[in-house]
Amino acid sequence: MDRTAVFDRLLGLIAPFNRKGIALTESTSFANDLELDSLTVMDLVANIEDEWDINMPLNLLPDLETIGQVADAVVRLNTDKLNAAR
Amino acid sequence: MTDLLSKFDPYLQEHAGLLATGVNDPFGVVMEKVLSPTRAVINGRETILVGTYNYMGMTFDPDVIAAGQKALAEFGAGSTGSRVLNGTFAPHIAVEQALKDFYAMRSAIVFSTGYQANLGMISTLAGKGDTIILDADSHASIYDGCKLGNAEVVRFRHNNVADLDKRLGRLPAETGKLVVLEGVYSMLGDVAPLRDMVKVAKSHGAMVLVDEAHAMGFFGAHGRGVYEDQGLENEVDFVVGTFSKSVGTVGGFAVSNHPKFEILRLVCNPYRFTASLPPVVAATAEASIRKLMTARDKRDNLWAVSRALHAGLRAEGFRLATETPESAIIAVLLADQEQTVAMWSQLLEHGIYCNMSRPPATPAGVFLLRCSLSAAHTLDDVSEIIARFVAARASLG
Repeated sequence: MDRTAVFDRLLGLIAPFNRKGIALTESTSFANDLELDSLTVMDLVANIEDEWDINMPLNLLPDLETIGQVADAVVRLNTDKLNAAR
Repeated sequence: MTDLLSKFDPYLQEHAGLLATGVNDPFGVVMEKVLSPTRAVINGRETILVGTYNYMGMTFDPDVIAAGQKALAEFGAGSTGSRVLNGTFAPHIAVEQALKDFYAMRSAIVFSTGYQANLGMISTLAGKGDTIILDADSHASIYDGCKLGNAEVVRFRHNNVADLDKRLGRLPAETGKLVVLEGVYSMLGDVAPLRDMVKVAKSHGAMVLVDEAHAMGFFGAHGRGVYEDQGLENEVDFVVGTFSKSVGTVGGFAVSNHPKFEILRLVCNPYRFTASLPPVVAATAEASIRKLMTARDKRDNLWAVSRALHAGLRAEGFRLATETPESAIIAVLLADQEQTVAMWSQLLEHGIYCNMSRPPATPAGVFLLRCSLSAAHTLDDVSEIIARFVAARASLG
């Protein structure tokens, strides 16, 4: 799966939560830059899950601090899903 | 040296800022005297309690108190032991029997608190390689039970059956699955569509645990909870509950018909590595549970006062979290923290104690004044509560 496409689509999903209108990059942090609270993160994660039809376990979240890390995780979870379906 | 407590500075500042506005401290309420299940003295003033979860009003029941006094005299102040070593006394066995009778289930395990019951059940049932699927609005004890264990944790949008279905469908068929639900969600007082959720869970081969903490005693023909009310007695695998609400003391439990359920006693850390309930607590719980089996009048009255408070507050123009009175929790929605604290404080000045709740404890970023009713409230109490809500609002201008 194309990581660039995943990243671009992620930006679209994050945009509604970008209240301060900051520039979104690979290294933008959800907690420090976007200042998302835990409830907003919950909404965003659910939207990401539904966008790619994957489950994003809560256990992963502490390691996903930046948009780039989430893009990597989405690619990985998608790959796992396709492999499991084979 | 890094001061480990400095991470809490934002809370310290927020709390100090709150008190600087001259309001009562929402976290500093002291009940100087407790007069009844619905009255206490706070700040020297007799106050109507509308936020205690004392749903069935059992705390001062004479039979419950007598059972406690007898056990205190006969078994002493505490067990000083774990249930699996020296901490199992006759009252522990008796209260577990009372639970088996109340729920008509073959097994019951008692924990020292409801919080620990969820910690223990969830962390032990779902292990490495298994997946827990939980409602996003789950209680902290459910989330913490997930953290204590080694299972993967997947969350679905609150009370959303299609969302649950989708997330279960993404898991491999062979994965062990535990779906964790609550009968009544405590913040808004809304009831779960358990029938549809359990049906979906079962269609994906998941086991189901339902926390009925806020429903015991007054949902279902036998007061077993929302799962009984929705006809799911043969579908739900595990029911978790507490003694600290309708039962009127403290403690937690899980009941099940699973033939291997009893093994949990030997493998569940929050059960085996803590002291058992004091025998006096077990004895009061047993007496209370046995009375709840036939407490039809209390149940009817609790529903009557809950409906009356919902209708009355709404008629006075308060915004409520649920369209209809779904449970004994009636949550009033307010605009922001400032307004919520001011109203809460004024209510206390008017002799009303209710619970103030704010995000992230509340879902969807709402600010709440949460009322919970008791079977010991009367309809006159409800009229007085509504009148004082109106007066408190007026005093804020």
